[in-house]
Order: sequence, then structure tokens, then C-alpha cells
Amino acid sequence: MTRISVKVDGVAYSDEVEPRMLLVHYLRERLGKTGTVVGCDTSNCGACTVHLDGSSVKSCNMLAVQADGHEVTTIEGVAQNGELHAVQRAFHECHALQCGYCTPGMIMQSIDLLNENPDPSEEEIRLGLEGNLCRCTGYHNIVKAVQQAASEGKGSAS
Amino acid sequence: MTVTENRVDSPEIGKARTRKEDARLITGRTRWTDNILLPGMLHLAMVRSPFAHARITSIDTSAAKAAPNVVTVITGADVADEQGSLPNVWPLSANQKTPPHPSIAVDRVTFAGEVVAVVVARSAAEARDAAELVDVDYEELPAVLDLKEAAKDEVLVHPDLGTNIADVWQLDSAAAGSGTSVEDEIAEARENGIVLEREYRQQRLIPAFMEPRSFVCDPTGEQVTLWSSTQIPHIVKFFTSVILGIPESKMRVIAPDVGGGFGGKLQVTPEEFITVLAARRTGRPCKYTETRSESMMACHHGRDQWQKLTLSATKDGTVTGIKVELLADLGSYASLLAGGTPVLGAFMFNGIYKFRAYQFNCTPVYTNKTWTDAYRGAGRPEATFAIERLMDDLAVELGVDPLALREQNWIKHEEFPYATVSGLEYDTGNYEAATAKAKEMFGYDELREEQRRRRESNDPVQLGIGISTFTEMCGLAPSRILGQLNYGAGGWEHASVRMLPTGHVEVVTGVSPHGQGHETAWSQIVADRLGVPFENVQVLHGDTQVSHKGLDTYGSRSLVVGAEAVVRAADKVVERAKPYAAHMLEASVDDIEFAGGHFQVRGTDRGVSMGEVAMAAFAAHDLPEGIEPGLDAEATFDPDTFSYPHGTHLCAVEIDTETGGVKLRKYVAVDDVGNIVNPLIVDGQVHGGLVQGIAQALWEEAVFDDSGTLVSASFVDYLVPTAADTISFDIDHTTTPSTLTKLGTKGVGEAGAIASTPAVVNAVLDAVRRFGVKDIQMPCTPERVWKAIHGHGAGGDEPTEGGAMPHFDEKDVADRSEGAAQ
Repeated sequence: MTRISVKVDGVAYSDEVEPRMLLVHYLRERLGKTGTVVGCDTSNCGACTVHLDGSSVKSCNMLAVQADGHEVTTIEGVAQNGELHAVQRAFHECHALQCGYCTPGMIMQSIDLLNENPDPSEEEIRLGLEGNLCRCTGYHNIVKAVQQAASEGKGSAS
Repeated sequence: MTVTENRVDSPEIGKARTRKEDARLITGRTRWTDNILLPGMLHLAMVRSPFAHARITSIDTSAAKAAPNVVTVITGADVADEQGSLPNVWPLSANQKTPPHPSIAVDRVTFAGEVVAVVVARSAAEARDAAELVDVDYEELPAVLDLKEAAKDEVLVHPDLGTNIADVWQLDSAAAGSGTSVEDEIAEARENGIVLEREYRQQRLIPAFMEPRSFVCDPTGEQVTLWSSTQIPHIVKFFTSVILGIPESKMRVIAPDVGGGFGGKLQVTPEEFITVLAARRTGRPCKYTETRSESMMACHHGRDQWQKLTLSATKDGTVTGIKVELLADLGSYASLLAGGTPVLGAFMFNGIYKFRAYQFNCTPVYTNKTWTDAYRGAGRPEATFAIERLMDDLAVELGVDPLALREQNWIKHEEFPYATVSGLEYDTGNYEAATAKAKEMFGYDELREEQRRRRESNDPVQLGIGISTFTEMCGLAPSRILGQLNYGAGGWEHASVRMLPTGHVEVVTGVSPHGQGHETAWSQIVADRLGVPFENVQVLHGDTQVSHKGLDTYGSRSLVVGAEAVVRAADKVVERAKPYAAHMLEASVDDIEFAGGHFQVRGTDRGVSMGEVAMAAFAAHDLPEGIEPGLDAEATFDPDTFSYPHGTHLCAVEIDTETGGVKLRKYVAVDDVGNIVNPLIVDGQVHGGLVQGIAQALWEEAVFDDSGTLVSASFVDYLVPTAADTISFDIDHTTTPSTLTKLGTKGVGEAGAIASTPAVVNAVLDAVRRFGVKDIQMPCTPERVWKAIHGHGAGGDEPTEGGAMPHFDEKDVADRSEGAAQ
């Protein structure tokens, strides 16, 4: 067992973990952060996407011990003071989710995409979300939601 | 006394309401089955067969049992007397050959992935570690993997049955009296008309819902409670009870948040039963959550048919007869619906056209592969693919525009209701209107012009235009017809509406959503019906203890059948409320009118709100004579017939003739799904369906190697499309309300998936026919398209090159052990 210290959604945790434990299992099973889900075992689907020090990572593709000393943000930590994040709001308003299983990862990846490129073209959005699978929406409304969040971001920046 | 103000100003139905469901889904406050943790819970791991067909000669579980924190290991022999056989509810006839289907194989495995033992441990990781220690000895048996080979009966999947052919099923228009003899029409056309003979392949697909299946069973307490990521909690409850011998009243099934299904969770699964068996044996809560690879390997697959088709027409292009001979791959067992799935397409191969004669023959066949069942569209995509491909082929044969040929043959809007050659009566539709709108949105004439230019200039990138003018049968299903088809249950749906004292409403529905947005749509419907605010309606579902009666969600049935039950229950509430209102207003019941949430005495301004009546009925202080307290009502709706959504889909693809790469250029879908309750949700259903259908045309295929191992058993190899593969769609609607229900809806869940596959393949072929290509098997991969263009297997039906197959390089012998040279 290895001791790790990690901050998740603003709260500091210190735990003994098996070295083989994946970050996603640590989040779900040890911290009860079940908003982050597992969709595959080959890091293709992106359902488990979280932010590590502000950048997106697939938490099934990372060991819990690798998060030692880092800061993790999950879907449960993106709304601030009861206010939804602009991307969460856009997903709701554009009907960018149906069953909602891919949604946490899709939102986390979309936030990362917009942090990197606040004004993406449709093609840049599509390429930026390539690592996240959705089986329900056909991506049409997900792309729209990211576009809407981007245009709101532009509004607030000006 | 304060009551909620109930008046609603504008109708909810038709509003693009954002969904109630979203709040929990976008914030991670969800209740997936795998999230559930119970005190003392144990975890399961499956040991699965690596062989497609083998005898189990021995299983040594001692090492696994001795592993840390393992509680027990269960083999098929251990539960042989209690596990029963998994259900098949749709035997095609009394003659169907149906092998017993154990949850855990006892002495023989019939596909690679079948469960042979189950490890129960204190953690999922320890269960999985110990599963590696279960030592199973197999004696390999000859396996038959190919569908056509299996139909020859040279190698038997179940030797005891004596054949691989489960049954034969026929629908014949001459015998049924719905048309003439197909053989006569074909003979006539051979003399004086045109006969097309084609064989199309429906490849095997994997539903690939995003949430892997998960089951939790709690045997403690008075009841056995099973949480299941299922589309069908009521059906699971029935069969768990009947087959595992638990009194129905002691069995409770809960489908909490369920992450997609697409037919893949329309199943009573071995893993579900195993979780219950393990909980019963250990007396402790047990959980099993599959890995993605297990899901791909062992969740039922879809499609997988050979379609032999004969179409007859007159020389002027008027279609006369269509004969269908299907071989359908069941995999190694008869699943819940099994041969019933291809038979769901039996009434649809004539599509929207006025054939005189029709014959449908279906032969479901066992093979040593994962068993198949419903996948989005279930039977109807296969039928639509066949007829829409044939119509394009006929247009090519005649040298006419494929849309003009369709119009020449389709049912005109003034001809509805129309009795079809397959024995259905299409109630409403307007194919002209949908097509006119689609053509305009698509820029059909401009794209044809661009196509001509590219052809003339021998542009290396060729343009193809594909058409699909489809219909489907929805609203599954009239119980009477299901009975005639030998289906084991009915097709009704149930709902209850509870008026709470505050004027809020609880709606209990028997359907079980897993992404469709029923909580939102049902709230809109009830808000209008009872005149209460949208926000004040709560929709309850998915727990057999709350929703005690229902037949669940599949086959685009929820809105058509399930919501109609809600409407009828709500209307009963209004009728129950009228005597109260009359009593409160000191008027005669006959003078009470209800509108917008208010009961009013006709011709006066005296009225009471639904909320006030609900409170009065709750308090029951002053009841009208002979009336019992309360307004709650329930209703069960059994449809008389089906609903028939239709639409025109137009697709343009660009094909790079030098690489075989196919790029979507434009996709227009104009669907008539009847009245629309929530356009936002309807459009979302269409988008998602389109991509699933397009994925069948271009990307997805379940591939087995020669030994029966599924090689596309992960998202690395099974190509579920990404955002980067797809485009934004242009969709719109025309509306002819269904006459089946008060709501006039037709169903939309499967439309996109049914219509889009032939539109895309027709577009691909339209681009490359000039190179002598007649057919390209799905998925139309760059390799297949390139080979078809360049004459290497013009049919595009050669197997994928070894180098292009998903595989681990056999030559890769690098030593990766610790300390090895890098």
C-alpha cells in the first residue's frame, strides 16, 4: 500500500492505496465520487475524464498513486456556489445528453477544449472531442452546446 | 386554505422543454447500478469460455477458493438444479427447436464468452484475481461460425437438436388474402417485365450502450431486490421469479439510472440470474459489473442476416412482387426474442410501395457465436435496407431518377388509409410532402448537377447521392396480434396518475426510460391534460414496487403506447374530479366543464381549480353522495393496431477514389413522426438514430476469427463513431397525426437508425457504380470501397486483409520482462 495526498473538488484527502488502483476507482470507491464513471477498459470512451491540475485526463488511464500531490476536479466540482458551469448549462439547454452516461466525461473534455481554444471551429470541436464516445446524441447537439458555451465565453470576456 | 395556482396559459405539448432529467446527469448526482454499495456486499467475477464449442471436462476451483477474501466459487454443476433455463418468449411456432439455456454452462460451452464459473469475493479486484485461478479443462468440439455453413447442418451447435435450423416462418400474400401470388408475379415479369435478384448482407453489430451492464442483488429482508441496468425491469421481475422460483410478490426489480440500451438491455441475462443466485447462496448483497470487453463479447449482438431478394416489376418500372428469403443468425441460443426480431421486419419489406404480391420467408439458424436479439430498429432496419437498396437498383436498371421511380410506386397521400400487401393498414402519411421538403433542404438538383460535373471531369473525388424513403411499424404492440404471432406476452401499457393534496401530480408509468426523456415529455402531457404546471408533475418509473405493472421500453413504444395510458389515466382523474367540483359549486355534474385546470359551471363564472378539488378529495370532509375519497386513477392501453412513422432521408457522400475513403457531405432527414410532444427530444432521437444507422453503413462490424473469438471486442476494434467521424445534420418534420391514439404520435426512437443505413450505402454506390461496382458489403470501409473501385473483388465482399484486421502482431516477440534491453 502507498500513501497518497490528493485534493479532489477542493477537498484534501490522504489515503493508503494499492499501487495498482486506478484513479477512477479511487474516486468512485474510496471517495464516493460516483459522478465519474467507467465506460471501457481501453481508454477509448472518455467517460471517466476528469481534470488533473486543470487539464483533462482519462482517470481510467492513470493510477491513483500518480495523482499524489496533485489536484483533481471531477464533474461534481465544476459548479461553483450553486451555479452551473457554462458548459453544463449549455449541455442542458442544447439537449446535448440523453442517457447521460458519457456526459460527465464529455463536459470535462469540453471545458478543457474551451480552455485551450476559447473560439473553436466546428471541426476543432469535433477533433477535440474525438476521445469521448457518445452513443445517444449523434454528437450533433454536443457540438452545438460547445459552440454555445464558447459564444457565451466570448460575451463575458468582452 | 391555500392551494397551488393551477392555471396554465399555453399548451405544453409542442414546446421544446429542456429536460428535467438533466439536472442530475450534468452534475454527476446519478444513480447508476454500479454506484450502489450495500453493507457486506460481495462482488462477482465471471470465468468465461475461450472456446466457441467445447465440452467442460473438469473445473478445479480449489486455488480460487483459497485466494484472499474469496467467499465462494460457483460452477454450473453447483446450480444445475436451480438455475433453470433463460427465457425465449417468442418461439416462431410450436415446432421451434429451442435448446436449454443455462446461465452458467454445465457440461458444454457454445460460444466464446459463455460463463463457466463465478467467483464471489469481498472486492471486485479480488474476485477478478481469483477468476484467473479457476482451472477449467475443455475438450474442444467442432464449431460452426458462418451462417450459411451452419444452415447446411454439417456441424451442429446443439447435437441434441439434430439441426441448426431453429424454425421456418412464412408470410405469403396469396395465402393471407392480402395480395396475389409472388411466384405468379415473378413468372410474369420474367416474360414481360423486369426481375431483380439480389443478395444483401446485414453484418453483425454490437449495441454498445455506454454504461456497461451492472446488477446488484440484495437478498436480505422480506423481498429479494435486484437493481439492474435494464430496459425491462417488469419482464426481468417476472422471469427471475418464475425461473428461479421466487414468489412474484417477493421479487422487486429496480432499473435506476440506465445508461443507454438500444435493444441491448432488452434481455433477461445470465449475469442477472447469476447475481441473484450468488446472493441467494451467500445470503449477502452481491454485485456484478461487466467490463467493456465482456459487454462486447457476451451482451447480445444485433442484425446478422443474409437477405435473398427477388423483385418483379413491369417494364415501365411499376413494382409488382417481392420475395424475401432470410437467413438469420441466432448465435448459440434462442434469446428473449430470438427469431422474433427478424420477424418484426416481416411486414415491412414492401416499404411504402404498392406491391401486388409479397412473400417473406425467415430461417433462424444457430451458430457458435454470441447470441443475437433486438438492436435499435429490430427487423425494420433490415427490411428498409433491402427495399430501399432494391429501389435504387431498379432505377439503375431502368435508367431513371431513383426519387421519381419511388414516387411512381409509393402510396399517394390521398390513398390513405391503405391496406398493404403484407396485411397492415397504414393509417396516415404523406410521402410527397416529406420528399418535397427534403429535396428542397438538400438542394437535390444542385447536387445532381455537381455530381454530373465531377463525373465528366473524372474528379478523383466523386459525389454520391443516396435516398431512403422509409416507413416503419411502431407502437409495439396490439396484444391480439402478438398472440397471433406466438409471442408470449401482450403489448399493452399501464399508467397511474396520483393527485396529491397540494395539487401536485405523481405519474407512474410502466415504461422504463434510459435516456429518452420520459420524465420531461410525460410531464408536458399531464400538465396539458390536467391543467397543472409542468414543474408540479413528477414522473415515477423503473421500480416494480412503485410501477407495479408495465411492459417496459423498446420498439418506439413508450410515447405511443405508454404515454397514451398516461393520457387515459389523466382523463379518468378529470372525470373523477367532476362530481367533487359539482358538489363544491352546488351544480349538476352535467353542467361542469373542465379546461385549463379549472372546473366551471357552464355559462357562469363560478369555478374551482383542480388543486382545490384535490385538497377537498383528500380531506374528504364533505363528500358527494356515493363517491369515495380521492381522485387517483389508472389506465391500461392496448393499441388496436400499429403506428407508421415515415420519412425521406437524403445523403450525399464524397468518395476519394484513390483511397476509398468515404466522407459525409450532407445529410437531410424529414421525418413524419405524427404529433410532436417535445421537438428538442424528438430531434435528439433522430440525430442519435442517424449516427447509429450511418455507423452500420460505414464503420461497425462484429468480427470473429476462425476459432470463434470475437476480435472486435473493445472500442479499439469495434468502431463506434466519434464526433470527428460525423457531421451536423439538417432535419425537419412533416406531420400527419396517427389515428391510433388521442395524442396522435407515431414513435421516433428508431426512425433514424432504420432510415439512414440504406441512404448512406445507396450514396456510396451512386458514387462508384460508374466503375462497374454493383454492391459493397457493410461496413463500407475504405479498403472495401477501394477494392470495389479498382476491381479487386467488385462485390466488396472479400474478407478484410489480415494486415487491416484488428490483431496483435504475431511477429512482435519483444522481451518486455524486467531488465530486458530496450
